Amino acid sequence: MFGKLSWEAIPLDQPIPLITSAIVAAMIVGVIGWIAIKGHFPYLWREWITSVDHKRIGIMYTLLAFVMLLRGFADAIMMRTQQALAFQSNGYLTPEHYDQVFSAHGTVMIFFVAMPFMIGLMNIVVPLQLGVRDVAFPTLNSVSFWLTATGALLVNISLGIGEFARTGWLPYPPLSELAYSPGVGVDYYCWALEISGVGTLMSGINLVTTVLKLRAPGMTYLRMPIFCWTTLAANLLIVAAFPILTATLAMLLLDRYLGFHFFTNEAGGNVMMFMNLIWAWGHPEVYILVLPAFGIFSEVVSTFSGKPIFGYRSMVAATMAICILSFTVWLHHFFTMGAGPDVNAVFGIASMLIAIPTGVKIFNWLFTMYGGRVRYATPMMWSIGFMITFVLGGMTGVLLTVPPADFILHNSLFLVAHFHNVIIGGVLFGGFAGYNYWFPKAFGFRLHEGIGQAAFWCWIVGFYVAFMPLYVLGALGMTRRLQHYDVPAWHPWTIVAACGAALILTGIVLQAVQLWTSIRDRAALRDETGDPWDGRSLEWAIASPPPAFNFAILPDVTGEDAYWTMKQRARSESVGEPHYEAIEMPRNTPTGFICAFFATIMGFALVWHIWWLVIAGGVGAYATFVVFAWRDVDEYCIPAEEVARIDRLNRAARGELVGEPSAAS
Amino acid sequence: MTAVPFSTGEADPYRRGQGPGHGQGHGHAVGRGDGGPAPKRVVVGYGFWIFLLSDIVMFSAFFASYAVLAGQTAGGPSGHDLFDQRNAAVETACLLASSFTCGMASLACEVKNRLWFYAAMAVTCGLGLAFLGLEANEFVSFIVRGAGPTRSAFLSAFFTLVGCHGLHVSAGILWLLTMMAQVFAKGFRADIERRILCFALFWHALDIIWVALFTVVYLLGAAA
Repeated sequence: MFGKLSWEAIPLDQPIPLITSAIVAAMIVGVIGWIAIKGHFPYLWREWITSVDHKRIGIMYTLLAFVMLLRGFADAIMMRTQQALAFQSNGYLTPEHYDQVFSAHGTVMIFFVAMPFMIGLMNIVVPLQLGVRDVAFPTLNSVSFWLTATGALLVNISLGIGEFARTGWLPYPPLSELAYSPGVGVDYYCWALEISGVGTLMSGINLVTTVLKLRAPGMTYLRMPIFCWTTLAANLLIVAAFPILTATLAMLLLDRYLGFHFFTNEAGGNVMMFMNLIWAWGHPEVYILVLPAFGIFSEVVSTFSGKPIFGYRSMVAATMAICILSFTVWLHHFFTMGAGPDVNAVFGIASMLIAIPTGVKIFNWLFTMYGGRVRYATPMMWSIGFMITFVLGGMTGVLLTVPPADFILHNSLFLVAHFHNVIIGGVLFGGFAGYNYWFPKAFGFRLHEGIGQAAFWCWIVGFYVAFMPLYVLGALGMTRRLQHYDVPAWHPWTIVAACGAALILTGIVLQAVQLWTSIRDRAALRDETGDPWDGRSLEWAIASPPPAFNFAILPDVTGEDAYWTMKQRARSESVGEPHYEAIEMPRNTPTGFICAFFATIMGFALVWHIWWLVIAGGVGAYATFVVFAWRDVDEYCIPAEEVARIDRLNRAARGELVGEPSAAS
Repeated sequence: MTAVPFSTGEADPYRRGQGPGHGQGHGHAVGRGDGGPAPKRVVVGYGFWIFLLSDIVMFSAFFASYAVLAGQTAGGPSGHDLFDQRNAAVETACLLASSFTCGMASLACEVKNRLWFYAAMAVTCGLGLAFLGLEANEFVSFIVRGAGPTRSAFLSAFFTLVGCHGLHVSAGILWLLTMMAQVFAKGFRADIERRILCFALFWHALDIIWVALFTVVYLLGAAA
């Protein structure tokens, strides 16, 4: 009846996961109870859970990323303290538990922090920058988000029911095969990523179609903001890479569930095929994460330097070059496979080539700042911190592309330091820059500036204190994922790294305080004009927060930096009120939420081999789609008077901003 | 459905967005930057094409794994021992003919003729089911002969690649029946016509994959 599921799945003998999951469960029950008592459920259901508005979905993606950041960071703190304590002792985490902790840390941070953070920001901003009213497929967007949430939920359920993978964030066979990982950990991993991978693929398709097919009149390709370009490149990579992940994990699941021989040691299976396939997805994946961040930095640097981006066309070319080159380097993740010097040389040189377009971008940002009136607001601080940190991480990366060096350094803490150097310094800093930059657009009030700066300094100092020692440790020969060790020379460095993690923790706490304080003081921080940073692209042309339809009249774009041009023109000539028309917007639907509900049931049932429940979940998901397909009214109408009323307010606020006597008349 | 504005002048006969009014918002090239957002039919068809490309990427991973593992028979039967080209040829004929009838269904949808639509879709469904029957028969005969997917890495890859295509055909038939029911209940509404367009694209894409599959698995396999 319940497959492999029994009371033994609850880790009663392991206090840490047991107590943690009990606390998390209590918090969830508490939050739900509070919402129920306050009577917020109808509001949440109507305005958020069933919303198909790209701005709301983007905010929910970002919220998911922040919540999961806490989970992933808790794992990180556990690892750093374990390694600081485990010199000639066993520390406080058993090997079985420690292995789950580092596997969960990587999985959560990449798939459920970095990905939703970037997809969330793209969702909020890209339609606004393109000057349109929504993404190409609004309902699909909601399905994508809720399927991603399903994946995150399954990974976290594994904390309290069963176990998580002990294989590292990529489940390399033969360790991940049934013979060596008989528990449900790898199954949780695979099903969580299969389900959230579908969501990611759908959102990739959605954003590619949005950028290529939905743009305001006059918004030609070479007038799009750089963030739209990097969004296009990242989502093309999603479309081309995520199906490989789906296929590879499907093969691993067939091995585990039905006794196939793709990656087994016996009957002709090929372990190295897994490495090749997973990294054919995995290397583009790091560019899926970092390209949107590059776009955010381009917007921020240009805005806060008061100049158009330097070398716009070279920026576009560099973005697309990275998009293509990212598919030609996957073998550098396993130079030690034994493919021979010729193959290794080709992939080593291809990997070095990526440094060229990336270097172009760095110089473009520097030249944008050169001669500009640079304002050191929080988003700009993250951007400058990124430029310094990322260049360092890039250089250690180029060092690792030299196969002889890689033979010595691979699987060491040097590698761990390198990829944290580029992912924290690139993706996470980019996310935080974008979060501080677009927060006023999304919510209508700014984030507290002073606390934001303090959080930045804790993060960046903490980052260097935590990860520079790992470079040293790698050079001293410490391999990654060690539960304990006996080398005295390593011990001081692991203690320093733990102190760095504590500094980063301070940064995270300050960010929470920043959010809380800003919500409390929102009246004082209100963004009245919709253009708090003197912005250059179209998202700043509308009110903060934007109305459901974004643009009352689709803007008419005549050049790069569309909104900047409009502001300049408004100063010299008076623009009369446009003729407003009624706007049709897509209706909200619970399809995404209900689908994800069934997907969660299905994923859980598949992990525990509860076959009747798998079938029930599948039928439910199909029925949900049929019900959706059968509805007769899929749009609602906002009357012209309502559009005019909302837009007149925006035009009045903006008229004061540009010093125009009466924009509303 | 929004009609695509048609350019009559010589300035931009292919609606590439290069004509006069470029950048003024008066051009005609919808979706290409000049004329504003593309109409829904274009957006839906385009997005579905992107999905199909991603699906083909997924198949390419299975093709690659099949190519790597094709020789790994672990002492068991090879493709040369197992594959029956006549069976594969009949399967191919069923699938290609179903693509033709699916095209007929699209035409019937265009002229809004329900009778022809039902007839063409029903024949498409029958041919699809025949294909699935032949494939199931082949799978069962292999398993009975001790050549199931657990026998060797080669057979694991074979069953996965061919089975994945079969699963797509099954999903296509479920979709086909849903579309017939929808036309029966709601008629040729604009959104339903867009879905029929996507279904047709899907069904034809399965043909493209089958052609590659037939070549790589059955023709090359039987020759080896």
